[in-house]
Order: sequence, then C-alpha cells, then structure tokens
Amino acid sequence: MRIPDVSLSAVAPRIAASGAAVSGTAIRVEGVTKRFGSLQALAGVDLAVMQGEFFGLLGPNGAGKTTLINILAGLARADTGRVEIMGHDVRRQYRDARRALGVVPQELVFDPFFTVRETLRIQSGYFGLRRNDDWIDEIMASLDLTSKADANMRALSGGMKRRVLVAQALVHRPPVIILDEPTAGVDVELRRGLWTFIQRLNREGHTIVLTTHYLEEAESLCGRIAMLKAGRIVALDSTSNLIRRQRHLRLRFLATGNVPGKLLGKPVQHEAERRVLVLTELAEIEPALAELRRAGARLVEFDIEQPDLEDVFLEVMGAPREASK
Amino acid sequence: MSGFPTLLYKEVLRFSKVGFQTVAAPVLTTLLYLLVFAQALDRHVEVYAGVGYASFLVPGLVMMAMLQNAFANSSSSLIQSKMTGNLVFMLLPPLSHWELFGAYVIAAMIRALVVGIGVILAALPVAHVFIKEPLWLLAFGLAGAGVLGALGVIAAIFSDKFDQLAVFQNFIILPLTFLSGVFYSIHSLPPVWRSLSRFNPVFYMIDGFRYGFFGQSDSSPALGLALVLGFFAVVAGIALSLLASGYKLRN
Repeated sequence: MRIPDVSLSAVAPRIAASGAAVSGTAIRVEGVTKRFGSLQALAGVDLAVMQGEFFGLLGPNGAGKTTLINILAGLARADTGRVEIMGHDVRRQYRDARRALGVVPQELVFDPFFTVRETLRIQSGYFGLRRNDDWIDEIMASLDLTSKADANMRALSGGMKRRVLVAQALVHRPPVIILDEPTAGVDVELRRGLWTFIQRLNREGHTIVLTTHYLEEAESLCGRIAMLKAGRIVALDSTSNLIRRQRHLRLRFLATGNVPGKLLGKPVQHEAERRVLVLTELAEIEPALAELRRAGARLVEFDIEQPDLEDVFLEVMGAPREASK
Repeated sequence: MSGFPTLLYKEVLRFSKVGFQTVAAPVLTTLLYLLVFAQALDRHVEVYAGVGYASFLVPGLVMMAMLQNAFANSSSSLIQSKMTGNLVFMLLPPLSHWELFGAYVIAAMIRALVVGIGVILAALPVAHVFIKEPLWLLAFGLAGAGVLGALGVIAAIFSDKFDQLAVFQNFIILPLTFLSGVFYSIHSLPPVWRSLSRFNPVFYMIDGFRYGFFGQSDSSPALGLALVLGFFAVVAGIALSLLASGYKLRN
C-alpha cells in the first residue's frame, strides 16, 4: 500500500476545538458491566484513555473487547456504569460523543448498492457534513483508494474494503479513533501501509485505541495497554512497564555431547533438536554455558530470546507458554 | 446539521438504483391484475353506478401496490442492513430514533407514490381513470403508505432473517390488503364478513383512496382518514419506541 505524503494538519484545529481538552481524557469508562443472558461479558470495567494516546486493548476471544468497544460507540448499552468520549456521556450526549468517535468495525461490512465515493459521501452526510468532498478526496488519496472511487463496493477486494472501512471512520475527522482488529486477514503490504497512516494520525493528535491479536503490532505501536480477561481488566500499564514485569529470558541452544538435565539448577527443556533454558537475567548466560562445557557438551549454536508482550499476555491470561513461540 | 436528509437520500437512492425491481416490476404486476380482471369481469360487474369494473379496480390496485411497496421498501432495506451488518454505519453517527424512523418511512412513502403514479399511468390505456377528490386521494395515499412503511420498520426490527420477514409479509400484510375491498365493495359481502372488514385498517385506506377517484365509497372518508391516522400514530409509536430502545439493533 502506497501512502502519499498528504498533510492531514487540517484535523488539528478540529481536535483542539472539540471542547473536551479541558479534562485531557479522550475515553473514560467507570464501573461498566454488561451481561448477555448468563454470560457476564463485562464485570466492572474502569479505564481512562488520555488524549493523543495510542492505546491497546488486548485479550483472548470472548474477553469483552468488542463489547466494550460497542458500548463506547453506542452500538450496545451498558447495564451499569458510565462512559464518556471526549467528556460527552455516550447516552445523554450521544450526538457529541458519536461526533468525537470514529470506529473501524471488526467485520468486513459494506453496502452493496453504492460506489466508494457514494459510500463516503453518505457516511459524511450522516454526520451532517454535506460539502466534504475535499476531505473525502484527501482520505481516499491517503488510503490509495482514488482509483477505486467510482467502483461499486461489491467489486472491491477484501483489502480494499478494509481501507474503505477506515476511510468511513475518518470522514467526520473524529479526535478519537477505535480500530477493532483492523488487520485481521490483511496482507503484509496493507498492514504496513495502514499502520503508517494510523501512526501519522496519532502524531497529528488523534487518540487511537486498537484491539488486535497480533501482539507484536500492539507492542510496537501502543504506548499503553490494557488486558481484558473474562470481562475484567487484569493488566493496565505502559507497554514498556508491562514487558519489564517479565524478568525471564530464554537461552535456546544446539549442543552435541552430554547435555545435562539441569543447568544452574534450572531444568533444560527440549524443543525439537534444540534445548531451552529459562534464565532470570543476562548475567546468568555465561555461567550456564560454562557449566554446559564442563559437562562435556560442545555448543554448536545459540540465541537469546528477550521477553516480549506475548510472554506478558500469556502470563496475565494464565496460559502456559510453549517452549517454542 | 442533521444527518437525516442524507439518510433519506440514501434510502431513495437505494431503491432508485434497482428501479426495475422496485418500481417497474410492481407496476407491471398490477397492470396484469387489471388487464385480467377487467377483461374477465368488466361487462358483468358494476359496483358503483356509472363506473365500469375496470375503472372501479384501478384505485384499489393502485393503493394495494402502494401499500405493499411501502412495506417492502422499509422492511427490506432495514433487514438487509441488519443481516449484512452495514446497519452499523447508521448506528455509529449521531442519528436519533426520530431521524431513523423519518428517513425509512418517508422513503417508503416516496417509493409508494412513484409506484402509484406508475400504475395510474399504465392503467390509462386500459381503464377510464378520473380523479374527483385529489386531496382525499393524496391524503389516503400518503397516510396508508406511512402506516405500511412504519409496519415495515417494526417487522424488520423483529425479524432476525428474511424468512421471518416473509411470514410477516405473506401472512399478515398480503391477506389484509387482499381482503380490504380491492376487488369488490364490502356491501357485496355477507354481513359477518362486512363487519369483520371494518376491523381491517387497510379497508379504510383502500376505501378512502377510492373516494378520491369517484367521490363515493363504502364508509365516510373523514372517519376513514381519522382511523388511518390513528392507526399510523399507534404503529409509529411502536416503531419509535423500538428504535429508541435499540431493541434487536443496539446489542
């Protein structure tokens, strides 16, 4: 995906003028619960996302991420609790709250009756913006959709439809953008292009909330992350702090000769023809290798695996990590 | 500015883009009804003095087409959006339940009017068509289409799939329109059926619409219009409360 160098600076005055800069909070969630029959989808969620943040919302399937997003967007109603977007209550001040929010839904949905340009004009009109063609042209150029402007939505590939979903979320220049698994099933080129574009929007002042199952994406993009499990937030911190919580690293090696079952008193795990030793700090590496040599083994190759967000995620979710990622 | 004009425009654009299916097809179907019944019965039946059966049929057939298409427009548009998931594009913007209701119902009324005008024009070579009370005709046409447009919204909200909507359409709307005096005057019915017909709101729509053509009808047009508007208030109230609550839409 080619991203032309188009300035989106026109967004900034809108954000500054949106009125909610007073609190500095883009999204505020207080004591939100939601039940679907016997399923407690959200069991008391409290969360504040500050303006300008790139925020990650992670969790396994069924953790309540999409339910929370739907409540933020007014697509579902919380049983209890309070939700604000840019200081506007999503129930009592729903018009202001929805004007401040752009949502890229998870499902690849589209209206088969219309072309790309018609779709974007109509979406813009729903927000009361009827002379918005300059901005629509700019978004289409930014998302490399211009050549498809007059194509019917049915004729687009999945990746193109995904771009239109992103464009639809941006037609009213919302200060807060929620992307619900935007790269699911998307090829590498589009994924990279999409993140370049979203990062630019973030730099220009937009608050971004992202859910994704690609944890490496969340790790590289998000400044702060909340992890949801069974409808509750079980971890909430900056991405670097979360990763710092993980104090272990993996020494993975291939050796010939006599490899002992324990090194430095820690069990040596098998991973196909390689062995894995979980250590707590870098300083343990050399003593471990020395002990290996003393046992009569000859080291053929090795690598060191630093902890990452996936380790944190699996630990928080209580899932045992396999020796191999 | 409100998003209502855009939603209305989109709803009209939607049925316009498939005009053969949404306008031309019902006009042709209704014309076939007229040709067959008029050919078979024109010389044998005279309901009102001085009005041939073919002419008598025209208002009822026009109104039936209008009502069925008003229902089809709002119900099919809304359920398609529900089924395909693109309803989300209308639920995310700051549109109120009044704006959603207004756009769906007014678009249904516009399609009904286009179909109605189409049927009248198509009937001109077949039957003697004259309009004595155009304001009554317009009032009943718009009110009737409004009622069926609102019923279409309700049916689409309750339906989870096309099959359930078809039940609503074939087992409620179609019998009510067919048994409302489209093809006959209720004075020709046995007393029991005549009494039952007076509980059918579609009867008053067809009867009042016919009054607009001939200046004569089975019941008082003023009473009929009051009943139709009252019925509209009831179905509009139900549809608005469903839209406001988000029932089966915002879950």
